[in-house]
Amino acid sequence: MSWIEEKGPDRDVVLSSRIRLARNIAGYPFPTMMKDSDAREILDVVKRCFSVSTPFSGRRYSVTHIKDLPMVDRQVLVEKHLASIDLMQHSDVAALIMDDRQRVTIMVNEEDHIRMQCILPGFQLDKAWEMLDRVDDTIEAEVEYSFDDRLGYLTTCPTNVGTGLRASVMMHLPALTVSKQIGAVLQTISKIGLTARGLYGEGSEALGNIYQISNQITLGPSEQDIINNLTVACQRIFEKERMAQQAMLKVSGKQFEDVLWRALGTLTHARVMEIKEFMALMSQLRLGVGLSIIPGLTAENVNELMILGQSGVLNKRAGRELDDADLNVYRAETIRNRLNEILQA
Amino acid sequence: MLCEECRQRQATVHMTKIINNMRSEIHLCEQCASNHEEFASITPFSMNDLIASFMDMGAGHQPFVRSATVKCPACGMDYAKFKKTGMLGCRECYRHFSNELLPVLRKIQSRTEHSGKVPKRSGSSLLLKKQINELRQELKIAVETEAFERAAEIRDRLKALEASYREQGRDIK
Repeated sequence: MSWIEEKGPDRDVVLSSRIRLARNIAGYPFPTMMKDSDAREILDVVKRCFSVSTPFSGRRYSVTHIKDLPMVDRQVLVEKHLASIDLMQHSDVAALIMDDRQRVTIMVNEEDHIRMQCILPGFQLDKAWEMLDRVDDTIEAEVEYSFDDRLGYLTTCPTNVGTGLRASVMMHLPALTVSKQIGAVLQTISKIGLTARGLYGEGSEALGNIYQISNQITLGPSEQDIINNLTVACQRIFEKERMAQQAMLKVSGKQFEDVLWRALGTLTHARVMEIKEFMALMSQLRLGVGLSIIPGLTAENVNELMILGQSGVLNKRAGRELDDADLNVYRAETIRNRLNEILQA
Repeated sequence: MLCEECRQRQATVHMTKIINNMRSEIHLCEQCASNHEEFASITPFSMNDLIASFMDMGAGHQPFVRSATVKCPACGMDYAKFKKTGMLGCRECYRHFSNELLPVLRKIQSRTEHSGKVPKRSGSSLLLKKQINELRQELKIAVETEAFERAAEIRDRLKALEASYREQGRDIK
């Protein structure tokens, strides 16, 4: 179980809520300048906080050294939003500590010594913060953080200094995108210190009409202020998205429904499917499920299918790295089979 | 999708070329793309690019003129590298490069004073300062309500806290 399969609030528009904290340990240079021996010591210190003999908050944590992990598994972790691409780029010294429900992950020796995140299904930033705040306290009981009275938690990049907190909500905004209102929405949120990115972070396009909205500012406001600010903005965006969806339904009626049903038709019958087409169809399917037009599927099923169709996950399933042509065939086949399985259940 | 050149990093730069109806696609990571001239203009614009530009602007209107060889005495991070990557090498860098950094922070952050969580570990004078302010409030109330016994108690605790604050308060500006 992870955020992908679990139910969450506002799941008609929200995929996940995520909080990330950046921390560095006092007495060591940041990862940009540290030696491999520093990195090993840091990993030992952090590992100690999550040793199996003292399960933290009742959960078991596993430690994975990135260098021991095959490439395809690294890609799967990134596609599931459980680790960053950056962690994989520091592979020789980096490690990932993860709880058994895949809610809390601690990346060690990434851009900062410690990058911990809590990812929950649906819209629940407050709960994610509450959980991560406790994880932070637990680590802090064992180590001294690099902290400055004036600048707060010191991070490798000054864009994270202060709280070190990045709160991010992954949402599906098909109606705002199609009706071209999204540009204005994104412009407005940038004025209050928020920023939007595509499904897989900075520079990635909004594949499948999925956006990640997060705070840009980390220094000045408190953690709770940052989260409240983002919460209020997100609620307004959801409202607008739902209104736009209803408007489309009202204006286009049968034509609109037809598009959504055809997406299901293609997904259950196609033989070759590129990632772009796949994500576009998943967006239509998600919309159909969210509006209760397409029965027999839940938002969680859609999440599962979306992750299932990502390249790394498919390669992992196939047990080898497929070339693009084979991958597109395998994607169509995997999705078709799983979708029919769910619909027949 | 992995970068076609290094096969290690995620491809984030994509280009479709159509020449005489022949279509070809290239998928690269940011680093490999930066080595290609044709990609130079379309490489995604990141926060780190902005930091570098802000650093040049300095506090006033005149760009900083600073030798690229200036290094952080603690970790050896040099200014040119910091400017290029937007990343610091250690906590000392914040102090050493503070002239360049503060104007950047003013632009990319809302303020330059942290007001959030403070590590509970002893040794943080900010936490002490917070406790002192709280106790002063309590003392005021105790005096106003003529709870003198309680006021005396608070005063003793305040004195102890203020003494330890002075011992380590050198950092506070």
